[in-house]
Amino acid sequence: MTEKLKLSIKNLDVHYGDKQALFNVNLNIMEKEVTSLIGPSGCGKSTLLKCINRMNDLVEICKIRGQILLDSQDINEASQDPVLLRMKVGMVFQKPNPFPKSIYDNVAFGPKLHGMTKSKEQLDNVVIQSLSKSGLYEEVKDRLFEPGTSLSGGQQQRLCIARALAINPEILLMDEPCSALDPIATAKIEDLIAELKQQYTIVIVTHSMQQAARVSDRTAYMHMGELVETGLTKTIFSNPQHEKTQDYITGRIG
Amino acid sequence: MTEFLLILIIALALYGFVLNKSKANALSEVNIMHSQPHYHGLYSAFMTLVPAIILLISWSFIVNIITNITLKEFFSDVTDSGLVRFYTDGVIAYVEGSSESIIDHVGFLPAVEHYQSLQYNNKILQFIVILTLTLMFFRYSLKFVEVQFKARDYIEKVVIYVMRASAVFAIFVTIGIVLSLLFETLRFFDSVNVFDFLFGLHWSPQMAIRADQVGSSGSFGAIPVFTGTLLIAFIAMAVAAPIGMFSAIYLSQYASDRVRSYAKPIIEILAGIPTVVYGFFAVITVAPFFRDMGAFLSFTNMSSESALIAGSVLGIMIIPFVASLTDDALTAVPRSLKEGSLAMGATLSETTKQVIIPASFHGIVGSFLLAFSRAIGETMIVVMAAGFAANLTFNPFDSVSTVTVQIVGLLTGDQEFDSPKTLSAFALAFVLFFITLVLNVISLTIVKKYREEYE
Repeated sequence: MTEKLKLSIKNLDVHYGDKQALFNVNLNIMEKEVTSLIGPSGCGKSTLLKCINRMNDLVEICKIRGQILLDSQDINEASQDPVLLRMKVGMVFQKPNPFPKSIYDNVAFGPKLHGMTKSKEQLDNVVIQSLSKSGLYEEVKDRLFEPGTSLSGGQQQRLCIARALAINPEILLMDEPCSALDPIATAKIEDLIAELKQQYTIVIVTHSMQQAARVSDRTAYMHMGELVETGLTKTIFSNPQHEKTQDYITGRIG
Repeated sequence: MTEFLLILIIALALYGFVLNKSKANALSEVNIMHSQPHYHGLYSAFMTLVPAIILLISWSFIVNIITNITLKEFFSDVTDSGLVRFYTDGVIAYVEGSSESIIDHVGFLPAVEHYQSLQYNNKILQFIVILTLTLMFFRYSLKFVEVQFKARDYIEKVVIYVMRASAVFAIFVTIGIVLSLLFETLRFFDSVNVFDFLFGLHWSPQMAIRADQVGSSGSFGAIPVFTGTLLIAFIAMAVAAPIGMFSAIYLSQYASDRVRSYAKPIIEILAGIPTVVYGFFAVITVAPFFRDMGAFLSFTNMSSESALIAGSVLGIMIIPFVASLTDDALTAVPRSLKEGSLAMGATLSETTKQVIIPASFHGIVGSFLLAFSRAIGETMIVVMAAGFAANLTFNPFDSVSTVTVQIVGLLTGDQEFDSPKTLSAFALAFVLFFITLVLNVISLTIVKKYREEYE
């Protein structure tokens, strides 16, 4: 752990129309660590995650106040382009969502879009590297040009991770990436997360406390739109400071 | 008298309903019945009504046959069966008062007398027999109100039969239409060679009315008519495909919910405008506009009835088909795909182009094909805005004719229904029907396939 601050969220309020979804959230995310967001359904975990790559911009009624500093630069400033932000902050969704294209084209989507490669060989390399990083390459190397939807659920999710990695993001957001997968596929993704944190800063939303305990360095517990407690995962799970956190991790609420 | 009989039967059925229902009501006070009282009521009503209607229909059917056979006897000296038919029809029309002409034949007046007495006897007999039988059924239906009686099951069965009969009716009507089209088409091909029709390059369906008439042998090459149809349909698609698709993309991807909730119904109103109104629009607004444009750009050969005018107005008519179906296809793409692409740093237009349109491609193609087959079959606009002269040309500024326009031209006014000229309309209609059928089957298969992909 390098203990270098990557992302700093300060006094963040989020409203959906008249309803306030986040209340004065403050959170620091360290570089090359896995931070997990846990809490009962509707507590604002996913909302917080979507603020980090400005996917909330797509929701017309969403209003954001406060600061989100990525490398000390406020991402919500008018001068910041959400498209460029999303190149730096990749995202993996709850349900695998490969595009209706071949496996190769799914991974090549980002590099082609942003003109990141100069030649076909370079693009091939990026695709192979990304698939290798997500541990999928060996399984699909003979059928790179079959549709991405022909893969199993777990493979599809790793394809989506490879797709996100292909544009070389700095941060990877994962929104309950294993909730649609069986235990074996889940174990593979968790191993992958452990490997990926060598290179990437990862923020993961999860419903499974065991998963949070297994994969993350730091954990933030949220409740009713407020960030209740944050700290090293070990500390949070062994010695929670706050009563609500204790109730949640011991299974009394949520 | 028949009307009176019908009213009596209906009254009887209603009476049976009330009687049985109240009887069953009384029973249900103290028992748990198999069927609710209103089922018992309906049972009596159906038992009275259904046999009565069947009797009425078969009665009139049989009487018709008897009338025809006996009336023919009066004209047994006439050999031409068509003429006999004409005479008997004349008798019936005379008696029923729809014609006052007396046919010059010895059998006519006796036949009229015979028919009059037949009519009179028939009506009395019909009244007595059917009413008696209906009363018997009515009496019979009243016997069954019991705790155990399964009136509910019988009613269920009747309902199933009614539904089945409706479905069969719809299917038979379809088959009937196709067959009548087919038979007339085959009659046409008795006098005109199939290949001359399908591949002939000259269309001028003028037949000699008198045997000695000169210079009107008639030629039935359908190619110019079909190229005209296709030319107009393609022009229509050239207008409707981009406008419809871009508006669908705007509505499904860019417009706010508020805009969408107003704009979509307004676009769909376009589909509800009667086609004859589009025809006015073509003739009064679009034609002068194109003519003035043509004059301005010094095209001298711009006619006021051109494929371009008919095609572009037809295109406006099918915009809502393209827009609405394409919008359905685009909105059916899962939101997760759109989010996935945006999260990769793609803009909305890149997402639409690279993810959403490929994902809904089948649906878009399906909507185009449906709109195209709609354009091919459209009649009113082309009748008003295209021409009657079937020129073989691909020049959009020329006047062309379409299949539907030709059919209208061939079948309006007084016609002999055995001349190739008239029959050619059926052949055209049959080929047109076949083409639109194939297009519809293809597009529906495509649309269905794409629906399955996300379900």
